[in-house]
Amino acid sequence: MNKIIIFGASSAIAEQTARLFARNGDRLFLIARQEAQLQIMASDLKGRGAESVDYAVADATEYERHEALFDAASTSMDGFNILLIAYGTLPNQTDCQNDTATLLHTLNTNFTSAAALMERAAGHMEKQKEGVIAVISSVAGDRGRQSNYVYGSAKSALSSYASGLRNRLFKSGVRVVTIKPGFVDTPMTAEFDKGALWASPKTIAEGIYKAITVKGDIVYLPGFWRLIMMIIRTIPEFIFKRLGL
Amino acid sequence: MAHENINSWGRHFHYRHHVQQPHWRHQINLDSQHGSVLPYGNGRSYGDSCLNDAHTLIRTTDLDHILELDLEQGTLHCESGVLLSDILDLIVPHGWFLSVTPGTRFITLGGAIANDVHGKNHHRNGTFGNHVLQMELLRSDKPIQTLTPDDDSGLFNATVGGLGLTGLILSAKIKLQAIHNPWMQTETIRFHNLSEFFDLSHESDQPFEYTVSWIDCLAKGEQLGKGLFIRSNHASADTRNGPIKPAKSHTMPLTPPVSMVNSISLRLFNKLYYARQKQDRKLSLNHYEPYFYPLDGLHHWNRMYGPKGFVQHQCQLPNEHCADSTAELLKQIAHSGQGSFLAVLKMFGDIPSPGLMSFPRPGATLALDFPWQGSRTTKLLNALDDVVREAGGRLYPAKDSRMSMENFHHFYPQAKQFQAFIDPAFSSSFWRRVNP
Repeated sequence: MNKIIIFGASSAIAEQTARLFARNGDRLFLIARQEAQLQIMASDLKGRGAESVDYAVADATEYERHEALFDAASTSMDGFNILLIAYGTLPNQTDCQNDTATLLHTLNTNFTSAAALMERAAGHMEKQKEGVIAVISSVAGDRGRQSNYVYGSAKSALSSYASGLRNRLFKSGVRVVTIKPGFVDTPMTAEFDKGALWASPKTIAEGIYKAITVKGDIVYLPGFWRLIMMIIRTIPEFIFKRLGL
Repeated sequence: MAHENINSWGRHFHYRHHVQQPHWRHQINLDSQHGSVLPYGNGRSYGDSCLNDAHTLIRTTDLDHILELDLEQGTLHCESGVLLSDILDLIVPHGWFLSVTPGTRFITLGGAIANDVHGKNHHRNGTFGNHVLQMELLRSDKPIQTLTPDDDSGLFNATVGGLGLTGLILSAKIKLQAIHNPWMQTETIRFHNLSEFFDLSHESDQPFEYTVSWIDCLAKGEQLGKGLFIRSNHASADTRNGPIKPAKSHTMPLTPPVSMVNSISLRLFNKLYYARQKQDRKLSLNHYEPYFYPLDGLHHWNRMYGPKGFVQHQCQLPNEHCADSTAELLKQIAHSGQGSFLAVLKMFGDIPSPGLMSFPRPGATLALDFPWQGSRTTKLLNALDDVVREAGGRLYPAKDSRMSMENFHHFYPQAKQFQAFIDPAFSSSFWRRVNP
């Protein structure tokens, strides 16, 4: 049986992923900022077959609470073997450029806090020699672009951090999974015009579930993004800097 | 908030809407900046009853949380945007089934209630609304209310079959029925004319939970109303080795430039369908999915009617006139040459529908699909309406795209009483079309 902690549990992608674990009869511990949403999710996941669902209301940037949150999850589920980090913030790029507080908040939420959480979980899992740490990064982290490099660089750092951690934990039998979704139709992207490249949170969740429970190191979702990003990464910088991306 | 071109299942109307898609039931905003609001589920209503041209639609498909599944009592309490397909996936493995299901599982719970849908077991279980134990209703003019069937304000009965106009159903609790396994024991019988249909229906309603028939509506004369009668029960506890769930569904990938349903394809289809079994009676054991939802296996099947879309005509005909009137309807259709691909005939039972505006009542119900061909279609359907009206029957708003204002009020004289229950912030294209 899986015992999964989900940070950012009320995001559309995390919720759909949680349902797949619930259907499998697993134990879940949810963390998000809004209690009303956590309550709705808890009854939903129990109804869908979860063996137990518990939650805590917290913001991931409350660093001093991290250890206590892991303890609470551990008590609720009798240990844990999966950590899924699913929160993130996608602010307007221009706002980040004009306001240092927004810039730092974006970097802290998307990267610094996630790195701290991964490190706490890594310590536990390294000792128990078992577990999966999955983190939702983004294709936006594969190359900095003028339209969203603040968000992109935080996700880039997150991917690098996960890569190093994967390398370190390999010998302990702990897996680290980097999820790189492309465009996903969620409340976070409600303001965007949607085209053919957009995927539903349900599709992404199926990919995440498979990567966590079966295999995968760096997983692009849907898979065609691996090819798109490969092409984007190979464009020489002297050309790339001229593009209006 | 986004502007979207949202269609209903008939793909006949092309309306622009302001769309809200709330994810949490405590975050729904009925105070639209863009005219009236209307809840929109999975868009399987055929006509304009789920549309709100130039106004706001509140898409409910993300309001899909379970509140409680009680496997002892067989009750399910969940939000209104949950699809019946998701409910079935959840409950069938535990030995429960929907008490009533329509011919598609891709509708929301809220839509099932708001249209008070029926199925092949109407003669046994009545309508979907007969199995609603409780619902939470969000209105613009009152706090959230919990309604039960014994509610004496009338709002429960107005909301069941209320076309989404009495407020937004946040959640509902429904009673499930127990089953032993996912299989259906089915008997398919060929009948050669309408009177054989009525005889079969009469003898089958007692021993069979589900009855329905398909009619070849191109047949004329002696053969008028020939077709296949399908009657079945949930398989018994000792059934073993039934078929597994079909693995793959298909998708109609694009809309052809003209309707694929025409007089040639219809003639061919009807011939093949009628002759698909060699013997007059055939027994089979089916998985419930292809049995109840044969068309759900082809996603976007509505595209085959081409860019102009199609319209449905589903009527109810009271018992005393149903033999003559059904014959008259079939004669007019056969005569027009505009056959329907799917002509479905079924006898409703006498369990009263709970909704003030519910469609089902005792008698026969005939459902027909027609590719939209402008005035030619209008002329035929108006003639069919006259037969229905003459017989004292009525049409089904969830399927309708074109009934006249006058006919609507003749069919549903209770609409005046219903008006008092409509939320002042709510409206629909259908409602504006049939009301002055």
